[in-house]
Amino acid sequence: MSIYSTKSNRLTGLLYLAPALAFVAAFTAWPLGQMLWVSLNSWSLITPPKFIGLNNFTKAFNDKQFWVSLGFTLKYTLLITPILMIGGYAIALLTVKNTPLRRFTRAVVFVPVVIGLGASSLLWYWLFSTDYGFVNRLLLDLGLIDKAVIWLGVDADRSNWAIIVSVVWKVLGFGMILFVAAIQAIPPEVSEAAMVDGASPWQRLRQVTLPLTLRTVLLVTLISVIGSLLAFDQFYIMTAGQPQNLTATSVFYVYLNSFPYLKLGYGAALSLILAVIILVFTIIQMLLTRRSHA
Amino acid sequence: MSADLAQTMDHSVSGHGVLARFWRGRTKYLVGAACLFICVVMLAPLVASVLASVKSTAEAAAVPPTYVPQTWSLDSYLKLWAYQAGLPVYLANSFGTAFMAIAFSLLLTVPAGYALARFPIPGKELLFVFLLLALIIPYQALLTPIFLMFAQLKLTNSLIGLAIIHTAIQLPFSLYIMRNAFEAVPMELEEAAVIDGCNSFQVLVRICLPSVVPAMITVALFAFITSWNEFLGALVMMNRQDTFTLPLILAAARTETSLGGTDWGMLQAGVTISIIPCVGIYLLLQKYYVSGLLAGAVK
Repeated sequence: MSIYSTKSNRLTGLLYLAPALAFVAAFTAWPLGQMLWVSLNSWSLITPPKFIGLNNFTKAFNDKQFWVSLGFTLKYTLLITPILMIGGYAIALLTVKNTPLRRFTRAVVFVPVVIGLGASSLLWYWLFSTDYGFVNRLLLDLGLIDKAVIWLGVDADRSNWAIIVSVVWKVLGFGMILFVAAIQAIPPEVSEAAMVDGASPWQRLRQVTLPLTLRTVLLVTLISVIGSLLAFDQFYIMTAGQPQNLTATSVFYVYLNSFPYLKLGYGAALSLILAVIILVFTIIQMLLTRRSHA
Repeated sequence: MSADLAQTMDHSVSGHGVLARFWRGRTKYLVGAACLFICVVMLAPLVASVLASVKSTAEAAAVPPTYVPQTWSLDSYLKLWAYQAGLPVYLANSFGTAFMAIAFSLLLTVPAGYALARFPIPGKELLFVFLLLALIIPYQALLTPIFLMFAQLKLTNSLIGLAIIHTAIQLPFSLYIMRNAFEAVPMELEEAAVIDGCNSFQVLVRICLPSVVPAMITVALFAFITSWNEFLGALVMMNRQDTFTLPLILAAARTETSLGGTDWGMLQAGVTISIIPCVGIYLLLQKYYVSGLLAGAVK
């Protein structure tokens, strides 16, 4: 019997837990309840809330910009996720052995992961700027383009690709480091057995390495999808939603409604819709991680 | 990947003497070249930013831009130093918020981790799931109601308010790390301490804390990085310029259009300064960073 298993310790334990419980109740659970309530109201900060039932949700359904933002966010997610997964896995395969050069490469690829998305977006905002940026200078010098390209804020697709380049640079190392850990965790006997059986490198990748790291690949994919669906900083900084809010992501549109426009009820309803979409992916992620101790 | 394939191919032809040696040599160079290429591509933007920040104002505004500075100058840093409320104010705001987020995270999750790991609390697993609530609801979605609440509590435009949001974002991760750390502490020492007459608080402080220091470093490290880099929460909560954190004031400087457009040199000086603490801490605490990432993401 443990020293902690006395009756009085039940209360002591609760006391140690109380600050965290109070914090989560106040700053996560309460706002969550508030969001549900506010979403049923028409509410700007200046006028008092007015209960309007599900009107905010039907309004969202008929709001063209809501669908444009959701569609753009999905497009961004669908384009960037395969690049991050395949690119991260390829670099992981290349650098998985612990030689000095490979370790150094891993450390370098990981550096942008620790810097802020705001800072990296400001950096790439400059690199992609039409007249002052290195991207155009380099492409012109290499003869790949004949005149400076306007990357950001004029054409939605071109802006999207420029931002995808910047975000791939920023987060590629995240998947890579998790993939390296997963590949290194494969028991050496398994790889050796495949080698002795004469499997080609491609067969070994497909039949040994990938299946044995599948759980990590799925998890990183989910983390990446959730992150991309919640994208904001890079679009706010690099395009400010331009042209015509075509590059305003879902979170961006929630932000626009809640804050500059102060349509708090509508903003809360949009937040809720977004939260439900994200929840689907989060539940799959939790089933995969089995993080709970239960 | 092609280099990896080439490398493994070298095993399949290893019986063929000269050819094998040729492949092996070539593979080594291919892998080396691929690694160097990747390093150059990844480092180039950072180097470009630092170099742009030490160009003279005129050169930083040159069209087309120069790759390597022709002139060297700290003008961009001096201008940033005096920009709006002044760099010291923004650095103090960013560091202040980050240190409060670290303090709040540790004050909440060290006792909570101890309680979850050791005490027979009724409904413990249910409470744990409640504490992880932030995992299922992205904080981006909660900012509207949090803003309403903070407006009433006078916590908008307050570094404490912002630190609370940053703590809430990190809480599930921090708690998970601390609970696991306490569970890994061997119970024998605590038993001996109790027999010697220590109460649970003394056991926590004298016996357990020294063993969970690495976990506390991990929690502090991630709280710092999250807080230092967080953008949207700060954008929503802070609307007085003297309360801005570093990312906010730099984003504001980006759209500064008076006096002939963006000051690119100053902007890159700001980017350089905001990157330095993150990269510095990462290089110092790489081990904690990677282990925290693995624990948080895949376990």
